[in-house]
Amino acid sequence: MSILEFTVLVFLGSMIAGLLGALTGLGGGVVLVPLLTLFFKVDIRYAIGASLVSVIATSSGAAAAYVKEGLSNIRIGMFLEIATTLGALLGAFLAVWVSTSVIATVFGVVLVISAYLSRKPRSQAERELPPDPLATRLRLNGSFPDLEGVRSYNVQRVPAGFSIMFGAGALSGLLGIGSGALKVLAMDQAMKIPFKVSTTTSNFMIGVTAAASAGVYLHRGYIDPGLSMPVMLGVLLGSLVGTRILVKAETKWLRIIFSVVIVLLGIEMLYKGLTGNL
Amino acid sequence: MPHKTMTDQRIENILGNLLRAGVGVSAGIVFCGAVIYLARHGRSPAAYRVFQGEPSDLHSLHGIVRDAMRLNGRGIIQLGLLFLIATPVARVIFSIWGFAAEHDRMYVVFTVIVLAILLFSLVGSQM
Repeated sequence: MSILEFTVLVFLGSMIAGLLGALTGLGGGVVLVPLLTLFFKVDIRYAIGASLVSVIATSSGAAAAYVKEGLSNIRIGMFLEIATTLGALLGAFLAVWVSTSVIATVFGVVLVISAYLSRKPRSQAERELPPDPLATRLRLNGSFPDLEGVRSYNVQRVPAGFSIMFGAGALSGLLGIGSGALKVLAMDQAMKIPFKVSTTTSNFMIGVTAAASAGVYLHRGYIDPGLSMPVMLGVLLGSLVGTRILVKAETKWLRIIFSVVIVLLGIEMLYKGLTGNL
Repeated sequence: MPHKTMTDQRIENILGNLLRAGVGVSAGIVFCGAVIYLARHGRSPAAYRVFQGEPSDLHSLHGIVRDAMRLNGRGIIQLGLLFLIATPVARVIFSIWGFAAEHDRMYVVFTVIVLAILLFSLVGSQM
């Protein structure tokens, strides 16, 4: 395959990755890493480098739209980012001692269970919970433009959410990918934040977490310009389309897409964990 | 002009524009690099099956800028990627200013913590 053909094909694949990444708040890596390694036979290290570029591209491209729409909550994002970045530091530090196959297996199981839990829409009672004192003090409660008009929400269980975010950061430090899924789950399932706010805030956050590890990957020579170029441009275009869809989409469908994608990610993790192919 | 108070919505608008500009600039640079790179190497075979690591001049800020100044396609692309990586960092720095303008001390502190951890991991990797 010539470089030109390869570039065009990777560009098209990255558009799909960016579209799904922007819709689910997971970044493009979920689709991109298996696509590059299994289909294009790219070495895993180049694929991880390209995936990191795609996460930052999706995050920044999509966040521009979401922040303006008032969907993502910058306070929730910034507060939880403390937990994620600290977790990522710990993860990178632990990576030398911990067996990544065991972690990947556990993570895979967690994802498959979470996919089952998060596909269900939230009940009316759960939507109208009273404000939590800690969330109020931290000024996390907010409102966002829903399809039927502006809807306000009260954030619940801040300590639980913060802890899961710490775990999400540690995982991304250990495995290189997968922090977006836990971020969305922490906000959606633990903190009862509306789904669209959870995915768009996750989108806002993953770029910051990824930028923190970008230095390491650049230094190790994982980021190849020839491969990252079509990935970045494709992912950007895809994520711009994704943001337009999300704003108008019904949450029901977004939940279904999210569940399908994290089941696939879970299977990917189980496969990697059980075969030790990480 | 009356003095406007800083609101979340206004900060979000400026933040949105900042992100758009960062992404636009980096995509533009990467695109220029892509044209040069593909014009020169488009017909060579693609080789990513085996990891070789990037040549050392594409690891460091210095080397990347030097290659880009020579209009080397890969160097220009790498420079655009650096801009992309800088966008989230700029976003955090701007948020500190935004929260300060809102007199939200608690969130200024939170954001400074995030920035400190971010810079620690970027510098810690000897970039």
